[in-house]
Amino acid sequence: MSTSSTNIPALLDVTDVSKSFGTVQVLRSVSLQVARGEVVTVIGPSGSGKTTLLRCVNFLESYDSGSIRIDGKEVGFRETGARQRRSERDLAVMRAETGMVFQSFNLFPHLTAAGNIMLGLTKVRGKSRAEARTIAEHWLGRVGLAHKADSLPAELSGGQQQRVGIARAVAMGPKILLLDEITSALDPELVGEVLEVVRSLAEDGMTMVMVTHEMAFARDASSRIIFMADGGVSAAGPPAEILAADTDNERLRTFLARFRASHF
Amino acid sequence: MGYALNFNLIWRHFDKLWGGLLLSLELAVISIAIGIVIGLVLAVWYVSAGRIVRTIIAAYVEFIRNVPLILLVYLVFYGLPTVVDIAYSAPTSFVVTLSLYSGAYLVEVFRSGLEAVPRGQLDAGKAIGLTPWQRLLNVRLPTMLRITLPALSNTFISLFKDTSVASVISVPELTYGAQWINFNTFRIVEVYLVVTAMYLVTGYIMLFALRLVERRFRAAR
Repeated sequence: MSTSSTNIPALLDVTDVSKSFGTVQVLRSVSLQVARGEVVTVIGPSGSGKTTLLRCVNFLESYDSGSIRIDGKEVGFRETGARQRRSERDLAVMRAETGMVFQSFNLFPHLTAAGNIMLGLTKVRGKSRAEARTIAEHWLGRVGLAHKADSLPAELSGGQQQRVGIARAVAMGPKILLLDEITSALDPELVGEVLEVVRSLAEDGMTMVMVTHEMAFARDASSRIIFMADGGVSAAGPPAEILAADTDNERLRTFLARFRASHF
Repeated sequence: MGYALNFNLIWRHFDKLWGGLLLSLELAVISIAIGIVIGLVLAVWYVSAGRIVRTIIAAYVEFIRNVPLILLVYLVFYGLPTVVDIAYSAPTSFVVTLSLYSGAYLVEVFRSGLEAVPRGQLDAGKAIGLTPWQRLLNVRLPTMLRITLPALSNTFISLFKDTSVASVISVPELTYGAQWINFNTFRIVEVYLVVTAMYLVTGYIMLFALRLVERRFRAAR
């Protein structure tokens, strides 16, 4: 399940994607294939384009050139004729196929934990409120928060809010889950409970792309690690290879050395 | 000296004040309701529109905010019917004026509220596949409402007090009632004491009710 085979098309296929913010190029011809069931971790120094890449996959950010396909369908642009942005309605349909969990949780503050999960199910998936409630309770159970269904975000700890954030994303039944530094805003003692949920989703075969600074978790949970630097993919491979202290990629070696120095 | 307070004449004509207060409230409620519609529509339009629309909306807001209400009241009641062929009663004319006036203030309140909704929440709405319209109704407006409630309360109370300006075109609201009693009884101190108390109590009741609403919503944050 962890290796992409050449005759099965990748679930996520990023090809030669470039993007600039004004004069600053944040993505330089990035290519990345993720097979169904794979867990791919993106690491790299801040400003290397990790988060931007993730936000391009569900078109929260547009990209200037290249192509991003999920299950063969171009994400942000129409597939016929000239390169033309999809309509907002089509984009919404495409985005419903990817789930995203954010660094700052981004729960809807006026809705309960269950309400946060139910919103997409009722408005996008067309479920009745009763069906949506059942699904919400199922996923809240999965993330260990069945007893918090009727709590508002403000009444939950950061770790609990983030677990609701994960439940909100996976309840939609996405083809792929994007995790954007989901433990970076958490107190250290709350990181474990969130990573535990991610681990159990990985065991279920959920396809995931995550940006993280949790190297130990990346090593244990991912099938592949991508190292980004200066907007491009600098190294990619299995965790043992990428995280080896004696790698001959100098930028990666510097990054890892600096990382070890600051975290241990 | 020796001005002896005598409220008897005030109580004899109290129906003028009571009826005036009710009319003041009616003018305020109708104008604020229309103003909310104007404010919401223009604020939502503003934050999603291009430069031209923004400029036009900003011009409306700046015009209203920089002209005294009393002038606007004269303009709409005396000025407009001489230019275009319409006729309306003084209360209707005042409701039109105060609606436009409150609309301009409420655009500003709603616009700043909409802009204060954290971007992350809008991203989250996009990420679960909500369309722009669904994001507006289910994510942006509810959060905006919570952010703007305190400012809204202040604006509402202020607009209620502004109904007193209707007296200049003889709309028989509370201040006009006070002037009528004053002209007919010369009990100037008494009548304005009573009217002041009536504005104060009504304003305070409104504030109290709005604070209750705020507290309810704040609990739900």
